[in-house]
Amino acid sequence: MTTFVTHSGLLTLRSLRSLLRMPAYLLFTLVQPMVWLLLFGQLFQRVAELPGFGGGSYLEYLTPGVIVMTAMMSAGWNGTSFIQDMERGVMDRNLTSPVSRGALISGSLAYQAVTTVVQSLIVFAVGLAAGARYAGGPAGVLVVLLCSVLLALIFAALSDALALLFRQQEALIGVSQFLTLPLAFLSSVMMAPAVMPGWVGDVARFNPVDWAAVASRQALSADPDWAAVFGRAGLLTAVAVLFGWLASRAFRAYQRSA
Amino acid sequence: MSTTAARRAAIEAADLVRTYGKGDKAVRALSGVGFTVPSGAVFGLLGPNGAGKSTTVKILTTLAEPDSGHATVAGLDVRREPRRVRHAIGYVSQKPSFDPVATGRENLVLQGRVYGLSRLDARARAAELLTRFGLGDAADRLTGTWSGGMQRKLDVAMGLIHRPSVLFLDEPTTGLDPEARAGMWAEIARLAGDDGLTVLLTTHYLEEADQLASRLVIVDAGRVVAEGSPGELKSALQGDSVAVELGAGDLVDRARQAVRAVPGVGDVDLDGTTLRARVRDGAAVLPGVLAALDAAGIRPAAVSVARPSLDDVYLRHAGRAFREADQAEGVLV
Repeated sequence: MTTFVTHSGLLTLRSLRSLLRMPAYLLFTLVQPMVWLLLFGQLFQRVAELPGFGGGSYLEYLTPGVIVMTAMMSAGWNGTSFIQDMERGVMDRNLTSPVSRGALISGSLAYQAVTTVVQSLIVFAVGLAAGARYAGGPAGVLVVLLCSVLLALIFAALSDALALLFRQQEALIGVSQFLTLPLAFLSSVMMAPAVMPGWVGDVARFNPVDWAAVASRQALSADPDWAAVFGRAGLLTAVAVLFGWLASRAFRAYQRSA
Repeated sequence: MSTTAARRAAIEAADLVRTYGKGDKAVRALSGVGFTVPSGAVFGLLGPNGAGKSTTVKILTTLAEPDSGHATVAGLDVRREPRRVRHAIGYVSQKPSFDPVATGRENLVLQGRVYGLSRLDARARAAELLTRFGLGDAADRLTGTWSGGMQRKLDVAMGLIHRPSVLFLDEPTTGLDPEARAGMWAEIARLAGDDGLTVLLTTHYLEEADQLASRLVIVDAGRVVAEGSPGELKSALQGDSVAVELGAGDLVDRARQAVRAVPGVGDVDLDGTTLRARVRDGAAVLPGVLAALDAAGIRPAAVSVARPSLDDVYLRHAGRAFREADQAEGVLV
């Protein structure tokens, strides 16, 4: 067990070291959220005048959603480093070493969790700088970070699993085009549940992005409904564990075809 | 050193079978590969592209499982004790396996930590290997900026970080320029002197196997077709070849008859305008060949004697020329 933790830590640090040497990559992943937050937020600012938005500005409504959406979308590319490792001999070297398959997954997920926290704080800071204000305080911010990390873990694990199964970057492009983008629109990230079409609301109830967005907005509000927050955080945790397990199972398929 | 340990085989493989894909698309990569690698020294796995060398190495290094068959590495069963096998082996894959955005030292230290060395021990071992492979000056530069030859040496150094008892080198010089290849050959030859280290080297370069391996197996189409030391395999061909390059206007048939009549000469084949005679002992037969040609009134443009090469060995056992096989099967895997 201690070996497992050591190995996961070593692999996480390796990835973080790479990121620190190429910080442009992190900035690159922040272009889209800035577009959503600053352009989309401006263009649709009068949407918040509709009933169901709770009376605040649209930017205030949108910021927590963009944070969790960003976490999901960049986590969808997490498998890229596995694909690069497979294209080089790094994956095979790791698999012939004492590093367990589980540690390869958890190292990759822990790295994604750390980058998600940094990303989320940056997006949050931009939201505040643009004028968003929240009554939720530090507890609210912690819940936003927790929810975006859990959501990131789900999609990072899925991305790892697909990388192991298909071994090509195209599979991950599929995740972003066919999964994360539609999921963002089938949620309350941009539109309040009260004014979205009924069927979208129904789908959103089963959508992890929606769970994260709802819990984050609740936690940042003046009087959070903590039952709703913890219920959704619990669901996110359960799905994250399930996907993490599936990803480590995907190594078996990878080795069967090795 | 106890004699039993010294005699115990480093690798034993028996009847390894591996098929990729199913039904009509199934490709049989291995159809019963087996060999024994004695402890110490360098053992070669020679064969053209697609012969099954890499599949064999993947099975021995726990990367892949055989459909059937049995293998032990350092006395450990690769299917039943893969974790223990991984501690005993070092693996250097065909592809570069270092992190290009880390320095050489960082790569080595991380690799050492993975094998359970303390931070201090990992740093000491990394420094030792960097010096040994002549990488000391570049140690703290990002490896992505290194030359191909240096990068390959780093791959090998990473495979040695935990002092494995068996090191697998999969095509260690593929893609290197001639100078870097010569440097890598020197390093591999030095590895053979390491106490207790066994090196299994796969290659599709005949000269590489000839130079480095003290014993080798030739693999072709998923089977072992020959086994022995390079010297044994070549002398098993019984003799040398004498090549007579005929001048313009020489009578080919008359020349061929004259050469064949010389005592000690076996088959004589015509290859373009060159006669190739298989002989028991090139140096002893040569005067007779020259005299016979002279008596027949033939003035050859050139005459040469060649010791058999592994090329001849492969031709003999696989029934086709190595170069042809190498190109023909390159696409399959």
